Amino acid sequence: MTVDSVTIAFVGSGGAGVMTAGQMLLDAAAHVGWYGHMSRSSGPQIRGGEAAAFVRLSPQPVQAPGDRFDLIVAFDWQNIERFAAELPLSADSVIVTDPSQGEIPAVLAASGAKTIALPIKDIAATIPGGRVNMVGLGAVAAVIGLPRAGIEKVVESALGKKGEAAIQASIAGAEGGAKAAVGWNLGLELAAPAKSGAPRWNISGNEAAGLGALKAGVKFCAAYPITPATEVLEWLAPALAKTGGTLVQAEDEIASINMCIGASFGGVPSVTATAGPGLSLMIEALGLAISSETPVVVVDVMRGGPSTGIPTKSEQSDLNIAVYGMHGDAPHLVVAPTSIADCAYTTQWAVHLAEAIQTPCIVLSDQAMGQSRAVVDKPADAPFKAQRLLATLADGVPYKRYANTPSGISPAAIPGMPGGEHTADGLEHAESALPSSQASDHQKQLDKRLRKLTQYDYGAPWADVEGEGEVAVLTWGSATGPAREAIARLAAQGKKVRLVAMRLIAPLQPEKLAEALKGVSKLLILEQTHGAQFHKYLRAHMDLPGAVTVFSRPGPLPIRAGEVHEKLVSLV
Amino acid sequence: MDTHLIEQAAGPTPQDYKSEVKPIWCPGCGDYSVLAAVTRAFATMGLEKHNTAVVSGIGCSSRIPAYTSAYGFHGVHGRALAAAGGLKLARPELTVVVFGGDGDGFSIGGNHFLHACRRNVDMTYVVMDNQVYGMTKGQASPTTEPTWCESKLTPEGTGVNPIQPVQLAIACGANFVARGFSGDPNGVAKLIVEAIKHPGFSVVQVLSPCVTFRPEQKGWKSAVHPYGREPTEDPALAMRAALEDDGFGLGIFLAGNRLPFAPAGKAVASIDELEQEFAV
Repeated sequence: MTVDSVTIAFVGSGGAGVMTAGQMLLDAAAHVGWYGHMSRSSGPQIRGGEAAAFVRLSPQPVQAPGDRFDLIVAFDWQNIERFAAELPLSADSVIVTDPSQGEIPAVLAASGAKTIALPIKDIAATIPGGRVNMVGLGAVAAVIGLPRAGIEKVVESALGKKGEAAIQASIAGAEGGAKAAVGWNLGLELAAPAKSGAPRWNISGNEAAGLGALKAGVKFCAAYPITPATEVLEWLAPALAKTGGTLVQAEDEIASINMCIGASFGGVPSVTATAGPGLSLMIEALGLAISSETPVVVVDVMRGGPSTGIPTKSEQSDLNIAVYGMHGDAPHLVVAPTSIADCAYTTQWAVHLAEAIQTPCIVLSDQAMGQSRAVVDKPADAPFKAQRLLATLADGVPYKRYANTPSGISPAAIPGMPGGEHTADGLEHAESALPSSQASDHQKQLDKRLRKLTQYDYGAPWADVEGEGEVAVLTWGSATGPAREAIARLAAQGKKVRLVAMRLIAPLQPEKLAEALKGVSKLLILEQTHGAQFHKYLRAHMDLPGAVTVFSRPGPLPIRAGEVHEKLVSLV
Repeated sequence: MDTHLIEQAAGPTPQDYKSEVKPIWCPGCGDYSVLAAVTRAFATMGLEKHNTAVVSGIGCSSRIPAYTSAYGFHGVHGRALAAAGGLKLARPELTVVVFGGDGDGFSIGGNHFLHACRRNVDMTYVVMDNQVYGMTKGQASPTTEPTWCESKLTPEGTGVNPIQPVQLAIACGANFVARGFSGDPNGVAKLIVEAIKHPGFSVVQVLSPCVTFRPEQKGWKSAVHPYGREPTEDPALAMRAALEDDGFGLGIFLAGNRLPFAPAGKAVASIDELEQEFAV
């Protein structure tokens, strides 16, 4: 008897190696052919705080974290109360813990979960250089039926640089854990992976966002570190250097966005990444990018807000600032990836759109996608490239940078093009680019900047529209994963539910949405905000069909497929 | 140093670098002379207009880009150095010159000034210092003396010591630091030429009177004096001179030898190769 999905948590204080254990488990599972998903929970401290790695593995692609944990391996219980709510358990769950670390906390024991004592520390101590996380990893491998070769492979690639002794110590640690787990018979052996020759990737959302930007042709990034977006920038630093681009660390987010705008004024596609506080600082400059019609892409990896909020945990609550943040009438682009792998596709699209429309594009990723890893089928190449409409300059014909074209998109001259000299301006301007406060120029340019966004043909990527039925889920961003899984569960029971996951957040596409939701009698709006920002945004622009239910909850707890399933069961 | 010389017998004239836009400064404003000095400097160097970018923030002096015929970028208040730095790093072959005032550069833009100096990107920053916010009708700036009581915002004076831009620039690592006076446009033009030619980040503070809100600055023409020493490549010597100076000494304080910051990568890998790191 095997299971089709297993959800595992490694918990321990920061520095115990839980993230390494989680990552190795995911890597090893990927190596033997399983799909997987790993998310992380950590406090704001780097060392000594609480940490947990959440891994879900399956022979099928994994869309979201599991509903509850099948197995918890605890190296210690330090600060468990801080994130116990992130560890849903049931009486079927199993807690493996080191008796030397004390009693299982009541908050977890109350679930009725089965407990197994494993002297993790003692086993590690028998091995020179042995580490507790490898003992835990070995035990998990034995429980789920992960072949030893998978562990060996990842240990070798992770510790290759540290030498043979380190490799052997880790393998011996895993062996010790595996031996101790013999005879547990937990019924958590994972079904064998389906044979597949198709290449797979193991990628995080933040890495994927960087990759998407690069694939679209980004050659410049100005970076200021901020949790949970830093990995986008850290991935881009060597990647840009190796591909002939430039990354510069800026003094603050205001500098980073203005540097990007300066580079883009020079015709070089540019990107930066940040989180809520940084986005707040960038807002004035984004208005400049709108007015001066300078393309730029900002990947906002959302975290709990407002203010410093919950920096290490996910939320979708930057929707309002992304859409409405700028002063003045300031139409621009906002897009959102619908999965970890989709961070690449959507960011690549964002660069393409920003350059084509000559306006800033905010990519609303979040911590749940950005700092999570997934084992996925290698994504197909997307066709999106940065391609700015450049001016054709002729002697004797004065160049108008902000020409009032039917499409609203004005051919751009960039430095280096003789005859295209102009001053790009955040001041309102005439078509010539010269500053103007005249009513007619203001009206004309406002109309033009709106028209180029509303008339653009965004094509199929505007949303992921899947399935059919009179019941539909309308969602966006990382809430899409649990929605997909919930819908798949209902489909397995013969019940049809439609999914509309919006990739293009702004400008909103009311007509396309109405078409996608045609015939819907019951609609579930799904989002991870406290203020139902997504629902209110939709309602500001259109009437939604049918009876509307809103499932809106702030972070830091992820929306789980089981919760969405429960909501849908009451609707279908 | 990337400058773009036009090879023709009759070189360009300052007029070639002026746009058709009539400046909207007050009569008597020092910035007219700075504009004349800038266009003269560009003509002297024969800069190609299309390969020259003039960047600014917000303020009276920040209107300069639209008055020149080169490429220009008129950004938001205080962030000109960031925009210009991004432009130069992304397009190293361009000549990038940044203009602004004392409020734009040292108050709201103070952090960017500090880091532009230490980053040392190869571009030139001309600060027109009139010790007042002119565009908002006469408030004290970071270079205003503490006892100036003519602002409605600080009727008792700011009570806060001004910063000294030349000292600040040297301390923060600018590679070329000079001071000029708008009443001497020829001298300013020469400083700007030297600043553009000098590798790395060059700062030219130009004392540029605001006759509307600081009419007493008309007296600057008798206050300025040659700074009186040869330019040095040693920041310590330059700093000593700047500390001993009364704020009206004109000339080149520092012509340093730091290498400019220019991190542009060389393409050694394809994206396909980079993607291999994700392969299972």
